[in-house]
Parts: sequence; C-alpha cells; structure tokens
Amino acid sequence: MMKFIKRFYLSLILFFLYVPIVVLIVQSFNAGKSRAKWEGFSFRWYQELFNDAAIMQALYVTVSIAVLAAIFATILGTLAAIGIHSMQKRPQSLMMTLTNIPMTMPDIVTGISLMLLFIFTKVERGYVTMLLAHITFDTPYVILSVLPKLKQMNKHSYEAALDLGATPMYALFHVILPEIMPGVITGAMLAFTLSLDDFTISYFTTSPLVQNLSTLIYSQARKGIKPTMNALSALMFVSLLALLLVVNKRSSSEGVKN
Amino acid sequence: MKKLSLVLALVLCCSVFMVPCASAEEVVNVYNWYDYMDESVFEMFTAETGIKVNTMYFTTNEDMMVQVRVSPGAYDLVFPSDYCVERMISEGLIAEINMENVPNAKYTSEWLLNPDYDPENKYSVPFMWGTVGILYNTTMVDEPVDSWGILWDEKYAGNIFMMDSLRDTMGITLKYLGYSMNTRDPMQLKEATDLLIAQKPLVKAYGVDEIKDKMINNEAALAVMWSGDALYAMEGNENLAYAVPKEGSNIWVDPMVIPATAKNKENAEKLIDFLCRPEIARMNCEYIWYSSPNSGAIELMGEEYTENKTINPDADVVERCEWFHDIPDNFLTVYNALWSQVKNAK
Amino acid sequence: MNNLQIPAWGVWAMLGGLGVFIGLLILYFKQNHGLKRPIFASPYTLWMIAFTVLPCILIGYYAFTDANGKFTLDNFKNFWDSNYDMNKELIAMGFNPEDMGFSRGTVNVDTLVYSLWMAFLCTVICLLLGYPTAHIMADREFKLGATLVILFVIPMWMNFLLRTIAWMSLLEDNGLINNLLEWLGIGRRQLMYNTEAVLLGMVYNYLPFMVFPIYNVLNKMDYKLSEAAMDLGCNKWKTFYKVTLPLSLPGVVSGITMVFMPAVTTFFIPRMLGGGNTEMFGDLIERTFLTANNWNVGSALSMIMMVLILLSLGLLRKVDPEGEGGGMV
Repeated sequence: MMKFIKRFYLSLILFFLYVPIVVLIVQSFNAGKSRAKWEGFSFRWYQELFNDAAIMQALYVTVSIAVLAAIFATILGTLAAIGIHSMQKRPQSLMMTLTNIPMTMPDIVTGISLMLLFIFTKVERGYVTMLLAHITFDTPYVILSVLPKLKQMNKHSYEAALDLGATPMYALFHVILPEIMPGVITGAMLAFTLSLDDFTISYFTTSPLVQNLSTLIYSQARKGIKPTMNALSALMFVSLLALLLVVNKRSSSEGVKN
Repeated sequence: MKKLSLVLALVLCCSVFMVPCASAEEVVNVYNWYDYMDESVFEMFTAETGIKVNTMYFTTNEDMMVQVRVSPGAYDLVFPSDYCVERMISEGLIAEINMENVPNAKYTSEWLLNPDYDPENKYSVPFMWGTVGILYNTTMVDEPVDSWGILWDEKYAGNIFMMDSLRDTMGITLKYLGYSMNTRDPMQLKEATDLLIAQKPLVKAYGVDEIKDKMINNEAALAVMWSGDALYAMEGNENLAYAVPKEGSNIWVDPMVIPATAKNKENAEKLIDFLCRPEIARMNCEYIWYSSPNSGAIELMGEEYTENKTINPDADVVERCEWFHDIPDNFLTVYNALWSQVKNAK
Repeated sequence: MNNLQIPAWGVWAMLGGLGVFIGLLILYFKQNHGLKRPIFASPYTLWMIAFTVLPCILIGYYAFTDANGKFTLDNFKNFWDSNYDMNKELIAMGFNPEDMGFSRGTVNVDTLVYSLWMAFLCTVICLLLGYPTAHIMADREFKLGATLVILFVIPMWMNFLLRTIAWMSLLEDNGLINNLLEWLGIGRRQLMYNTEAVLLGMVYNYLPFMVFPIYNVLNKMDYKLSEAAMDLGCNKWKTFYKVTLPLSLPGVVSGITMVFMPAVTTFFIPRMLGGGNTEMFGDLIERTFLTANNWNVGSALSMIMMVLILLSLGLLRKVDPEGEGGGMV
C-alpha cells in the first residue's frame, strides 16, 4: 500500500513536470497555427523550420556560444581549480568568495552589471559580449565541479610522481588531470547546458541584431510563438535525450569493463 | 589525450572564425514595431537593390529610445512615434535625411507635412498614422461604445485589456476626464492615476502586441487598441468592432528616421524611398491595416480605403483627437512615478 | 571619465592575449620546477576582476551618484519613497506635493515585499512537494533513483521561456485545461493573469532545484543509522523525525537557497502568466533601466537586491557551514 502511494505520488510530480513539454511537442505536429485547436497531424512546422532564417541564425548563435563558452570556461576553470586547490588557506577563501559572488548574484543583476560595463567601456554589444558574459557565469560552475575531485585525490600521488622523476608538467597531465577528468567533464557539460538555456544574462548583454534562441523567443512571446519554435525545441530535446542515452550507455559499459 | 586536445583546438579555431561578423555585403538594420511591415516588401527591396535588410523589434517607444541611446551604430532606420521624434531631435539622436535621395517623399499627404515634431520636415518621413480607440466584441457588449467610461463599467470586470504603455494609457484616461493628453498639471495626472488604480480590479491584463490575438480568440469584451491592430483583429473575428470615443483620443504618426550613429545611412535612405513608392506603401497598408500618409497609395486603393471608417476616419473624429507632444524630463519623472503606482496597485 | 573605448576586435585581441598568457604559463611551468601551482588561478582571477568585480563597482558607482555623476543618496531614498524624485520635481515646479495628496510612495518597497512573499511561498511549496519526492527517490527499496534524477533533469533542457509559454496554452481561457473543465461539465474559469498562475510557473521552474540537493544528501546518508534507530525501538515516524530529517538538513538548506534566490528576482513569468498586473522586483529593475531609463535608481535597486541575497545567504551559511548540501550535481 505504502509503496503504491509512493509510486503514485512520484508519477503525479513527473506528470506535472512533463505536461507542458508534451503539450509543446504535440503542438509542433499540429497542422494549424492555433495553440488550442488540433487541426490534424503534419510535419509542416518542421519543414518551415529549416527555411526560417531567423531561427536558424539564432540556433547557430546559441549553440556556437554554448560550445565556445563551455570550452573557454572549462580551460579557465580547471586551471583555476588546480591553482586554488594548492593555495594557502587565506587566499583560497578569498578566491572562493570571488567564485561564489557570480553564483549567488541574481541573473538580472549580473546581466545588468555586465551591460553597464559594456556600455561604459563603449564595447558594441553583440556576439562577443554575449560570449564574454557566458564564460563569466559558466566558469564558477566548472571550478565547483572540479574542486571536489581535487580534494578526493590522494595528496601524495603528485609528489610521488615528482619524486619518481616526473616533471611538474608531466605530473599535471598524467597524474592530476586523469584523476579530475570526471569533474572536468561534469563542469563542461554543466557550463554547456547553462549557457544553452540562459535568457536573462543574454538579454542584457547582446544587441537585438544578434539573438540567441531565448532572446528570439522573448521578442516573439508577446505576439505568440510560432509552432516552428516548438518544432525546433522538440528536435533539440530529442537530440539531447539521445546524447544523454549514448553517454550513459558508454559510461555503464566502461563501468563493466573496469 | 593528444588527439582529444587536437580536436578541441580545431573546434575552437573553427568556431572562432565562423563567428558571424560584418561581411562586405550591403545591409540596412531596421528597428521597428513588431508586425508593422509586410516582410515581403523587404525581400523585394533586397531583390531590387542587393541590400540585405536585418530587422529588430521593440514594443514601446520608451524601450526603443533607451536602445537607440545605448547601442550607437546598431540601427540604420527606426520607426518612433511623433512625440519621440521631437525628443530624439532635441537629444541629437537622429540625423537629417538627405531628401534628394528620397524623391518619393513627395507623395506624403499635405496635412502631414511640416508637423510640430519636425517643423521643417528635415528629419522624418511619415510611414503610417492612426488613432487609439476601443476594440470590442459585439456579442459581449450590448450598449453602444462611445465613451471611455465603458472601461470603468463593473459589468465588464475581468473582461478588459488595457495597454501596457505609459503615454497611451495615461493619455486616454486624461481624455476621459476631459483634460488634454499633454497636460502639465500634476493634479490632473494624479486624478488620472487614481482612476486607473480604481479600474485595476476590472482589468484582465496589461499588454501590447499580444492583445489583438486574444481578442480574436474571444478572450475579453473590451480592449484599448491602436486602429491598425484593431482592423487586423476585426479581419480575424467578425464580431469585433472599433470605436473612437466621443471624449476624443490620440492621433499619431509613426515616421521613419535615421539615427545619427547609423552606419548605412544611404541604404536607409534608399529603403525609405522604396517604402514611399505608392505600390509598396499600398502593400504595407493592406498588410498592417494602419492609415497611410501616402497620397499615391490612397489613390491606388480607391474606395476600398476611403470607405473604411476605421482606416480613414471622418473629419470629426480626427478633429476631436489630439497629438502627443514630448514631455520634458522633470515632468517625465512625475509620469514614471505615477505609472509605477498604477502598474503595482493591487 | 567616459572616454575609454574598446572596439570588438580589441575584445577578441584581449581573449587571444589571455590564451597566449595561459600558454606561456604552461610552457614556463614545464621548464621551471620552482613555479608554484597557485599561479594557475591567475587568468581566472584577472577574468573575474574584469567581469565580476568591475561591473559590481559600476553598479555601486551609479547607485551612489546622480545623473551628473555627483555623489548622492537620493537613489536609495527613491527606493524607500518611490515618489521622492517626483515630489522634488513638483516642488521645483512650484507645487506642494503634500497639498496634492502625494505622500510617501510605497511602490518599490511593496514590490520587494511582494517578491519576497512570492519567493517564500514558492520555496515552501517546492519544499513540501520536493522533500517527499527526494525521500522516495533515495529509498533503498526503490531502485529507479538514478533514472529518476535524469527524468527530473530532462525538462530543464527545454527552453525556460518555452516551458512557461506552454503553461499559457494550458491555462488560457480557451486553453486545454478549460476545455477539459468544460467537457467535465464544471465550466470555464479564469486560470491565468493572477498570482496563483505566477506561483505555478515559479514552482514548475524551480522544483528540480529543491529535489536534487535533498536527494543528494539522503542518498549519501548511511542507512544503517536509521536501521539502528529502528532497532532501538523508534517507530518509522520517530526515526524520520529524529534521524533522517536532521541529517538531511544541509540538503534542505541548499535547496531553499537554490529556489529562493532565483525566485525573488523572477522575471518574465509574472509578465506572461500574470498578464503584467503586478510586477516582481526583477521586472521593476528591468523597467527602471530599460523603459524609464533611470540607471541610477535602477542600480540602487540592484544593489539592494544583492545585499539582501548576501544577507540571507550568510544566514543560511550559519545553518549549513560546510556547504554539504552541494550544488545541483
């Protein structure tokens, strides 16, 4: 009985989480434009999607910024984590405070403060500024996912490697990096997803000429989103799901090997 | 590991170079109201001149002016309303148009020449004009709609859409009270504010562009709306009708202007000239349903245009309507503080 | 002061410079055994100074100056009394605001209180819904825990704006829920444009942030503790109350932080689901900057927001000093 209640409760919560998503996906197959009326099944919006220059451009901006920001943030963040980890207590806590600021700052304040910076330094807002902003809010997350792995690592293995004649560089790449790799990958994935989904910070740091999907949706939201947007998000959703399944399968088969 | 970093480096390089940068092709960056242009016009323009048109949208005049101030160089052609043109000229935000490049400006209706906001016609060329009124659903409203007062009628509680735009909403309330829309008397403004706060429980939502679609879907009985949006909605739902109340309303022009910082001024002038061509102006007029300032286009449209009382209002309607003027900064502070009170009243 | 001008290529050059700097650092490290690793944090430090510290200083600068760049506290007075600037202008125009019935304007303070209240409600609902969920997921008899985590993450991949808009098509007057109600014979009712709809949108968006940290802590918890409690004669509820709950507190605290903080500055949801009838603090800040064009007051509002969040964070740190709740991963 208890078990049934538990399962029922969980299904209710999941139902709540998935209803809007199912609605979105169903709407993308609706032949008509209306959000409420079902006018038959069709792939019309999927066909229109690839002819919609604005959406394709926005998709390009979104993905390329997410990839670039994740790469930059991962390099910057991993190096920083290694640095921070080996610091004395005092500078370490200072650095951690610095890392925590952007994470606790509300998105809107981060966005506005960066907008002020770009306007103040007269940098024309657009692709580059959006990228800079994304790297800025991504990096702390990378650091926070790498640091625990560094803490878990055996302190002496690095020194042992040095004693055995490895150069610091060799030890870094062959002792430290493999150990923290899971954290680095988590951080990179996290940075990528955060950047993909960001709206508030992008909204303040770009110009209307360079739009990512979020800001494009926002500018269309008042008028009613075209079902092409639903088609796109359904496609992205499915491809991310596939990616996840592949990664999961690979990691589990690796787990078996080990 | 080596391979992985090599791949990463490659991806990095590629994506850096793929960044969309300003290429050599000719462009014109247009900053316009949402849904305020037949986009196929731009395609024709590109086909004819080879100039690519990038469009960006704003929802209220106030938002637009902030963007023009903080993003110099981003826009080549902007569509502000009359009173904003006045302000943008005084702030030096817009450049004089070289009228030699815009011969089609000669089609501008005579009564719209040398307006108050641009006395010498140096900075602007009218694009569309219209009125503000009430769009109502005849199946839900029985009585004749001839006064703003109906927006305060308890009968329609929860069935009223108001405009989320400071000047328009304050303006019609001032009109309802019998004052000028350009009043500089804070007492009158306070009265209008109190009236709007009292109306709050009756209002379903504040919005701008999204309302016309909601009216088509029969979601409310009454909505304050610009005439062109109203006509668009009436086309989609035959139960809708539009009226300009007897107390008077706002009449406005949205001219085309070129920001002082525009990077493609000549292309913008070419586009203005193109949009002033009678057949193009007609296409736009028939697409967005606002009133045309273009005498050539009106001639082309003939009775279809002149017989439509929403798009071509009678002289007495125009007579009782009032133009907006720019409000100076100190009075704008008053406006903003009072509008904030309205928006946040419970 | 405002002559500094950096073109876009300059920014790319700076990025490139940073890359070269990192490269040199690694090269140097390769050759020089004496170089300490803390140096690795220097590119990041530079980055954070440029893009976090400096922008914060700018906000502070605008918050404490007037339109002419002179020091003033008026912007904060404007927070407390939203009519402050207006009354000043009115007096300058020769009117007496008090005679006109203009007293202190409470709009900004009210909006803040309303936002805090909404965020509080949202957090409580998320906690009430999320704790049992996490508890069930972490149950040892329940083997699907890890899969469920993924099921909770997946919805977050859909664009947050689209998810909110999807709710609109459910809640609209002619939306799916109303059609269902009509079909059931209950009749249509207005579900959108009210506080409840805004709250729903917020709970929907932030619920996973409550579930993850609690699940993390419960999952890592040593189940033998609760078994021991049972063996010692505690019943199920007492075990939960005396053992599980106290041990899961760090997760709860972390969940509360991760829901409450973004919820206070929710932006967009009130506009879409609430129909612009009441603003939240995020909307107020955005409107002050981008519609009213008042950067000084806008910066002051942002600063107040930031201080409030830092304060509440400090409070929460006291409950969970180790930060054991961990992030969302």
